[in-house]
Amino acid sequence: MTNFLKEKEKLTFECETGNYHTFCPISCVSWLYQKIEDSFFLVIGTKTCGYFLQNALGVMIFAEPRYAMAELEESDISAKLNDYKELKRLCFQIKEDRNPSVIVWIGTCTTEILKMDLEGMAPQLEKEIGIPIVVARANGLDYAFTQGEDTVLAAMAQRCPTGISETSIETSIETESNSECFSTFPKSSTKIFSKSSSNSVLESFSENKTLNFPPEEFNSSNVPNLVLFGSIPNTVATQFKMELNKQGIEISGWLPSTRYSDLPVLNKNTFVCAVNPFLSRTATTLMRRRQCKFISAPFPIGPDGTKAWIEKICSVYGKKPVGLEERETKIWESLEESIQLIRGKSVFFMGDNLLEISLARFLIRCGMIVYEIGIPYMDRRFQAAEIALLEKTCLDMNVPFPRIVEKPDNYYQISRIRELQPDLVITGMAHANPLEARNITTKWSVEFTFSQIHGFTNARDILDLVTRPLRRNKNINLLSEFHESKNTSFVKK
Amino acid sequence: MKLAYWMYAGPAHLGTLRVASSLKNVHAIMHAPLGDDYFNVMRSMLERERDFTPVTASIVDRHVLARGSQEKVVENISRKDKEEKPDLIVVTPTCTSSILQEDLQNFVNRALTFKDSQADVLLADVNHYRVNEFQAADRTFEQIVRFYIEKAKKENFVFEKTEKISANILGIFTLGFHNTHDCRELKRLLTDLGIEIHEILPEGGNVANFKNLPKAHFNIVPYREIGLMTANYLKNEFQMPYVSIPPMGILNTAQFIKEIEFLLKSEVFKENCGESAKKQIESILSKNFQNYIDEQTRFVSQAAWFSRSIDCQNLTGKRAVVFGDATHAACITKILACEMGIQVVCSGTYCKHDADWFIEQVTGFCDEILITEDHTQVGDMISRLEPAAIFGTQMERHVGKRLDIPCGVISAPVHIQNFPLGYRPFLGYEGTNQIADLIYNSFTLGMEDHLLEIFNGHDTKEIKKPQNLLDSSNSWSKDALEELSRIPGFVRGKVKRNVEKFARQQKKTNINLDVMFAAKEAVNA
Repeated sequence: MTNFLKEKEKLTFECETGNYHTFCPISCVSWLYQKIEDSFFLVIGTKTCGYFLQNALGVMIFAEPRYAMAELEESDISAKLNDYKELKRLCFQIKEDRNPSVIVWIGTCTTEILKMDLEGMAPQLEKEIGIPIVVARANGLDYAFTQGEDTVLAAMAQRCPTGISETSIETSIETESNSECFSTFPKSSTKIFSKSSSNSVLESFSENKTLNFPPEEFNSSNVPNLVLFGSIPNTVATQFKMELNKQGIEISGWLPSTRYSDLPVLNKNTFVCAVNPFLSRTATTLMRRRQCKFISAPFPIGPDGTKAWIEKICSVYGKKPVGLEERETKIWESLEESIQLIRGKSVFFMGDNLLEISLARFLIRCGMIVYEIGIPYMDRRFQAAEIALLEKTCLDMNVPFPRIVEKPDNYYQISRIRELQPDLVITGMAHANPLEARNITTKWSVEFTFSQIHGFTNARDILDLVTRPLRRNKNINLLSEFHESKNTSFVKK
Repeated sequence: MKLAYWMYAGPAHLGTLRVASSLKNVHAIMHAPLGDDYFNVMRSMLERERDFTPVTASIVDRHVLARGSQEKVVENISRKDKEEKPDLIVVTPTCTSSILQEDLQNFVNRALTFKDSQADVLLADVNHYRVNEFQAADRTFEQIVRFYIEKAKKENFVFEKTEKISANILGIFTLGFHNTHDCRELKRLLTDLGIEIHEILPEGGNVANFKNLPKAHFNIVPYREIGLMTANYLKNEFQMPYVSIPPMGILNTAQFIKEIEFLLKSEVFKENCGESAKKQIESILSKNFQNYIDEQTRFVSQAAWFSRSIDCQNLTGKRAVVFGDATHAACITKILACEMGIQVVCSGTYCKHDADWFIEQVTGFCDEILITEDHTQVGDMISRLEPAAIFGTQMERHVGKRLDIPCGVISAPVHIQNFPLGYRPFLGYEGTNQIADLIYNSFTLGMEDHLLEIFNGHDTKEIKKPQNLLDSSNSWSKDALEELSRIPGFVRGKVKRNVEKFARQQKKTNINLDVMFAAKEAVNA
């Protein structure tokens, strides 16, 4: 094997130059405005942002989307115009036209550079206009693609009701009233760490330990609420509800909810668990600012991930999983036909949407060999359980550990791809066609973000995506035979 | 600030990137935050480009914000120089990075001082808040041409005219609306006239050949949007005349050819030519241009005959709206009005910067003129005028869908279907055929719809309607039905049948969510 594939003792993490292609995090508006039905997303940025959204969103743009650009012009840049007045004018117009329940301001690179005080202006304008304004700084200076959702959900977590009830909530939470917590900065959150024993959980996250709850017995009146966070289609949310109900666990809410007015209650008595690997900021916010207890689990992607995810939630609630093994086995059986197509094949993740670790773990379990997992950003604490499962999966399947490359460099990656000649490269659209022309099979990574891939039921959809290029190759084999040349590349040398 | 959902012309750096990536062995480096390199996606997707787009970003992140780019841009330049060995590296700021007011020119200068640096390095000179994609492309193209001509001058390069009469084609470039097809058609037209093609730029051009531009006898600028600045520069510098009439439509093409004839006849032009070229002019002119135009118009192009045919008679007085970039909108307006007898109730363009030219072109050929970058104004205009057909961009196509008016796409911005694999020029005589088809098809479809409405459809037999959702032997639970309604309409029926089949096999009469999801797991229903 090449020097890229040295056998390693354990998972290693590398970091390259960060010169890679990904979507701008403002693209999260495209799925979030659809998920949160009564929202309106206002992206405050330049023509560049607008043109990106217009092109990335494709036909969605023609369907009167509930999003718009507040396009900054030269007079805004040179501060000839007053930001507050301008935003007020636009927001009143939005209220007039659409009357949403919430307006989400998406701060961009430009507002960062101009140091536009969106967080400061929002509460003021909110009072004037009578519509909540949530500020998320989803910019390309700090974040990549799906992390945009993370910034929006972290901001929205601040708006969830505390649901102060008779018994369980202590006074420390009461200081966290809705509007107040919004404008303050995380450093003030230290005061909300109380000394109750359950808070050791919070520290355990920050001390880089995986969280393990002792299986406590909860009496029926004191069962902590379970709130799941991460935006997934309603159908998938229903599927999760049913899976957990089978284990006798109720989901008390989702962040985000289908409607802004239905945001879940969050307090000290809430267990939170993520469904997506790119939500580390939201997790931190939920723990530090809302005192929720975070369940660190692998993500419910693929039957293996879903089982581990449910098991972890069950263990926290002190329940013994019922019929989970059989359920997983049955799903694997139903997938066998697809798995046959990919077993023993190699895959290379160039990395652009942070789903890479979970997908790689699932594909290794399917019998694939993963050469490299490129990933924009790796929160090793938040993904701890997922990384552990990846490690275990590699050992179980007896394959070498993949190389995990944070902030990859696309140029170097392409030379590695040339050398390794993987059977499948999962990559962005910028590289897909050129790689195909060089006879390297690709799968467009963004599709994983927009497809239903969570839970037992949708495991097949992931495999459909992964096998599609391979099935296509099978179907057009005739074409390659027709060429009868050794080099089927479509690029002239 | 302005509220915007859609824009017709992209940001300035896109124009720069389009020019740079059209040229061979030229690399562009954007000073931009992560995610601003979606130009690569557009090029790879829309043009189905086989090669990696030669554009990389020198990423602006928090560190750059705090400390400035420092060595980063310079390092990126020299890295690309080593990796790709390009002839030229074009550095371009973006909207975002231009606010940082970093002295990019200084970085460029420093990169040039490296001893091992092979490439020329240029900083794209465009203001991101004042010009759009087209203007920036025009400007960048001129900048590169100027740079290489100045360089050649310094090297005492001799700008001799070619032996034979030749022309440059300026303004064919990547992601241009049907540009490659137009280019092929133009080449054919000029070859027919006995004129050699010297350089075609920027598409496929090599920077080493830029200095040869003045060797041609004249320039051809087929589109208003890009190339004019370069043509003007070459005119001022080398007294090179240019023809800037877009040869789109029968009349315009004829005018284009006549303009070339006129040029060849002029005394000033002859003075600049060598002996053999002078002889050649005589021989070219001895072929009667008027005859060529006649023959092409009557036999190669079907469009003139089409205008006489009964089909086209039916279009007389039909009302149409035209909107697009200046070149295409103006030409299509003239074609509709003069060549097909269609009433253009409104003609408009989003090229605000070229409004004067546009107004001059279409005045007299349409009832109203609309100059705007706001798609809602265009939409409102269309719904007010209720034309029988629209000729516009993808946005107008969707307005048409909403209002049930057919639309032919005649201009960027466009989708992937406007990068056809087949030969579809808009220019020249084959172009006239393509345009006639496009126009006619838009209208007939519209009329057909109308007739269907009047006579309640052709079919006397009732079309078998898909079964009603609620009507079936199985009973669906409320939440299962709700779930079913979330499935997109075009597959809903299939999913429903599959689930019911699965339920029968499982001997379950009541379909609830459990059964539904189990069906998906088992048979991918």
